[in-house]
Amino acid sequence: MTTADVLIVALGAVAVAAGAAVVTTRHVVRAGLWLVVSLGAVAGLYLTLAAELVAWVQVLIYVGAVVVLLLFAVMLTRAPIGASEDLDRVRWPGAVIGAGAGLGLAALLAYAYGWSTVELTEQSGAEAVGSAIFTAWVLPFEVLSVLLLAALVGAIVVSRPDIGRRP
Amino acid sequence: MIHPVLPYVIAALLFGLGVYGVLVRRNAVLVLMAVELMLNAVNIVLVTADATVRAAVPQTGAVFALFVIVLAAAEVGVGLAIVLQLYRLRQSVQVDEVSLADDAVVSADAGSRGADEVEGQLVR
Repeated sequence: MTTADVLIVALGAVAVAAGAAVVTTRHVVRAGLWLVVSLGAVAGLYLTLAAELVAWVQVLIYVGAVVVLLLFAVMLTRAPIGASEDLDRVRWPGAVIGAGAGLGLAALLAYAYGWSTVELTEQSGAEAVGSAIFTAWVLPFEVLSVLLLAALVGAIVVSRPDIGRRP
Repeated sequence: MIHPVLPYVIAALLFGLGVYGVLVRRNAVLVLMAVELMLNAVNIVLVTADATVRAAVPQTGAVFALFVIVLAAAEVGVGLAIVLQLYRLRQSVQVDEVSLADDAVVSADAGSRGADEVEGQLVR
């Protein structure tokens, strides 16, 4: 176990524990706050894995924007502040499928990789990732900008107040 | 030097938690949060593969992870617009109370009248 391994295990434990709190807590607002912890730990994981730019984009967009948007939605839908008992439906089918998917994938990956070690590749900082985006992946990048525009227009159209009325 | 199995197993466990959350949660906003967990698990796999495999085109995993983050942002924007519209029409965001039958049009009509009243209160 090297230092990077210890960091990965610690951050991964935080991420998984906070993720478990997100899907099991009885407070809607606390689920959003646990999501911040989980996503922050994942950002630390990216830093450990030498993906610097992805880590900071994760902090900016996920922790900064997506979670704030989710908390906005929690408050705009008048979610109860205290604990509510009716957040979950019957748990065991979801638990069986979720545990099957998670543990099955974990077992498959553990079998595939064993206890092998690799050297980390060089840091993928902003310069390397930027040149990769604007050389090999420039067309998907442009398509993504069109998709963002479509999502923006779609979100505005869907949230029009006169929707649902008959003409 | 790292053991690549560690981040992969972490990603698999996070994905399983996300699947559980999507299947079990009734509140639509909580379902979206569980979807975010699943997207993050996929991103961990992409970044780990990028950091451990010497690819012909370097940095591909990081670029894909960035693309997934952008897609997640778009997904949350549109998803929350739909959730808020659902709340406006039905005064509820419980996903298992959404009716898929034909009478949805009638109740949506009634719901939008209720929404107008709510808006009137907000304006006042």
